[in-house]
Amino acid sequence: MEVNEQIAIDHGLKSDEYKKICQLLKRTPNITELGIFSAMWNEHCSYKSSRLHLKKLPTKGKKVIQGPGENAGVIDIEDGDAIVFKIESHNHPSFIEPYQGAATGVGGIMRDVFTMGARPIANLNSIHFGSPQHKKTKNLLRGVVHGIGGYGNCMGVPTIAGQTSFDSSYNGNILVNAMTLGLVKKNKIFYSKAAGLNKPVIYVGSKTGRDGIHGASMASASFDEKIEEKKPTVQVGDPFTEKLLLEACLELMAGDSIIAIQDMGAAGLTSSSIEMASKGNLGIEIDLNKVPCRETKMTPYEIMLSESQERMLIVLENGKEEIAKKIFDKWNLDFAVIGKTTNSKNIELFFNQEQVAKIPVNILVENSPMYDRKWKKSKLPKKNKIKNEVLNKFKIKDVLKKILSNQNICSKEWIWQQYDHTVMGDTIQKPGGDSGVVRVHGTNKAVAASVDSSAVYCWAHPLTGGKQVVAESWRNLISVGAKPIAITNCLNFGSPEKEDNMGEFVECVQGIGEASKYLNFPVVSGNVSFYNQTKEVGIKPTPSIGGVGLIKDYKKMISMDLKEVDNLVLIIGKTEGHIDQSLFARTILDEKNGPPPEVNLFNEKNNGESILNLIDKGYVKSAHDISLGGLLVAISKMCIKGNKGIKISKPKSLINEIEYFFAEDQGRYLIEINKEDLKEVTKILDKNSVHHEEFGIISKNDMIINEKTKLTIDELKSYYTNWLTKYMS
Amino acid sequence: MKSSVITFPGSNCDRDMDVALKKFGFKNKMVWHDDNELPKSDLVVLPGGFSYGDYLRCGSMASKSRIMQSVINFAKSGGLVMGICNGFQILVETGLVPGVLLRNKYLEFICKNVFVKLDNKENAYFKNLNKDILEFHIAHNEGNYFCSKDQLKEIEDNNQIAIYYCNKEGKIEDQYNPNGSIKNIAGIFNKEKNVLGMMPHPERMIDQSLSGEDGSIFFNNLINNIK
Repeated sequence: MEVNEQIAIDHGLKSDEYKKICQLLKRTPNITELGIFSAMWNEHCSYKSSRLHLKKLPTKGKKVIQGPGENAGVIDIEDGDAIVFKIESHNHPSFIEPYQGAATGVGGIMRDVFTMGARPIANLNSIHFGSPQHKKTKNLLRGVVHGIGGYGNCMGVPTIAGQTSFDSSYNGNILVNAMTLGLVKKNKIFYSKAAGLNKPVIYVGSKTGRDGIHGASMASASFDEKIEEKKPTVQVGDPFTEKLLLEACLELMAGDSIIAIQDMGAAGLTSSSIEMASKGNLGIEIDLNKVPCRETKMTPYEIMLSESQERMLIVLENGKEEIAKKIFDKWNLDFAVIGKTTNSKNIELFFNQEQVAKIPVNILVENSPMYDRKWKKSKLPKKNKIKNEVLNKFKIKDVLKKILSNQNICSKEWIWQQYDHTVMGDTIQKPGGDSGVVRVHGTNKAVAASVDSSAVYCWAHPLTGGKQVVAESWRNLISVGAKPIAITNCLNFGSPEKEDNMGEFVECVQGIGEASKYLNFPVVSGNVSFYNQTKEVGIKPTPSIGGVGLIKDYKKMISMDLKEVDNLVLIIGKTEGHIDQSLFARTILDEKNGPPPEVNLFNEKNNGESILNLIDKGYVKSAHDISLGGLLVAISKMCIKGNKGIKISKPKSLINEIEYFFAEDQGRYLIEINKEDLKEVTKILDKNSVHHEEFGIISKNDMIINEKTKLTIDELKSYYTNWLTKYMS
Repeated sequence: MKSSVITFPGSNCDRDMDVALKKFGFKNKMVWHDDNELPKSDLVVLPGGFSYGDYLRCGSMASKSRIMQSVINFAKSGGLVMGICNGFQILVETGLVPGVLLRNKYLEFICKNVFVKLDNKENAYFKNLNKDILEFHIAHNEGNYFCSKDQLKEIEDNNQIAIYYCNKEGKIEDQYNPNGSIKNIAGIFNKEKNVLGMMPHPERMIDQSLSGEDGSIFFNNLINNIK
């Protein structure tokens, strides 16, 4: 087949990108080569619209062993241990085929982590669906949850936390972001940088089939009415094979056979071979007849672009082929020496003794396009002036009932009960808390992880929203007693070719950068998903932040359930009454305008660190950050989980009661302490200039809000727990 | 006391079981599915997981793996064999215990704490336990125990039902049945009571920081019974 500009455009390349390819090659590429360019130069693999902005994120820190650029980020958790972690999107495939899309998303991220030598110890996910009333939502939700569970459960890795939201902006584009944490010894981390000449390049794992061809290109385009036709581009997962691959790789990694290893994820054999060669500044030669194929008569083009799952590419030390083969034979996996490293600095492919592609590696990687897309700055919206008379119309109890049973607040137990969250025997905080927590096996340490996003805030004002998500991740880690270390981000946005969407991206990234820099909470890995767009409609900007923190003594872990009657609950951080963009404003007042709550990074840092100090001194019995829904929602969850009541003190603030209870001011927590410790705790908080006030006293049964308003714990439970189960039945 | 845990391709609770057995004093060995012979053991455990990816039927392919002949011989000679979750599914496939395990009634994987009531303490597993109700943990997709009427009668006549799903107080009712099992059955014995298959995972309940500690009670009692 003769390649021309039209064929290039059909491959998702732009006309000037095609011209650049011809110029760099000094000839017209053949079809296999064009396929390789299209795979490497699409948005998903090349980050061509985002690279310029991602460079500005803070990625370094004392605890950072590996920042972005590898399969996953790596952080130091002391004693020679390290945590490898990353979050990644699988949005487009999950909308087309929810089960397989979500399953392979989970499989892909686990592979990224064990490629680096780490055994996965925890999975998390952030999933976003359209309006509950939308006809597709229920099936998509069911499919995605089954897919995530189907893969993670079979792998035997606990799913310890997550986030689910519903918003009509996801009607045509759901989001499925999967995150994995792995544990590795600091001196046994594996990288993807090839080194040395004439080293054997081996292929292990599943056979290559025709599934997923052009998956990465599909993820780099908007959807239209022909989306169903794209089903064949969705990969099919086999968690059983991945479990074998995990065990086999870790077994091989225990020795000294491996020089470099890279999983075949997006753009399969193409991106894995090119990445290894590029990082090692080497060439690579592959005989495609040696690639184990599942189907007959596969062409070089198909072999290079297949996204079949559960495959790895490894550069071995010379003479180690037999040792490696024995291990993969034991686990019943394919093993083939398919090529070698060379000094040509080209990727050279052979098929039936003929050279079918020859491309200098550097032009695929370094010369890949990078765009400074036009973007529009957002203005901070004007505050709404909501009159007291309007607010006073509402009864607190009615509002609380509505908000607790709102789809974005209510219990997600229906979801996480379908995920094995206890396998591996180290889960000490299950889903449903502020963060999931797993022990570092065989030690006194534990690792906490949380995943967060606040699309509404990001939509209202991207810069503030970006900051807020990082702050929320930080608070969720603090609330379980973990010292926050680093984050991974999954940046889900609409089309970068639209100035509005690009502006949202640029300013969210700026906000994330500012907050992570201030909080010393660097970004060590991540991924960008653009084109979450159906025709003209894009999603609300949804950066998901996965935070990881360390608890040095797992026995000091904190949970949110109220512990003891007569203990005091304090509010940490100031309640100003910011109601714009709160759940109350949007769902009860139906007011969608206004600015999101302001994020004061000084207060976030100061309040968080002071709470960690109190936890370390043993004063904090339970804690919970105050986020979506505000104060009353936060205390309701603490009551429900602890099966205790509370008598709430009369607010000292002069703001309206509704504003006091439902505002979403940032930087706030609720903490439970012993009465006897009040003086000492107050002293510490005052010394650090942390705003605090008494909120109430824990009681046996009821939540008493004021003289007129009382709710039983059973009432609270029924509002909070039933919505999702009812919706899904 | 010596124990052996069999690792099949796809087993994923093998390490957890190893940790639990060692914690309570067993000298445990991990045994590969493709081995011919069991090491000398006082207890053999078939752990949870997804052996052979649950392909064909859960437990079916594992029941035919090389080591299983040795396990079956060991069981037939009176040795203690315990199958947890996928291990229970494997036991059912070997025919060492009666019945089958179907997909959960609500067609969803389910991971949560449950209470189980012991029915029979005349065996090496539960003898001398000073509790009748234990809080265990389940995590499965195919734990819906089923058998024919005749089989059920035989099982009941032989006192082969080991544990039932129940509530905190030990009430065995439909609403406490997480997966649709016939008669709320969570675990059963062979006729001789040396082979036990059960869906709950005691190995996940061995530490107060985990889901609970009733697993500790179970394992402590078990090793004392074997001594």
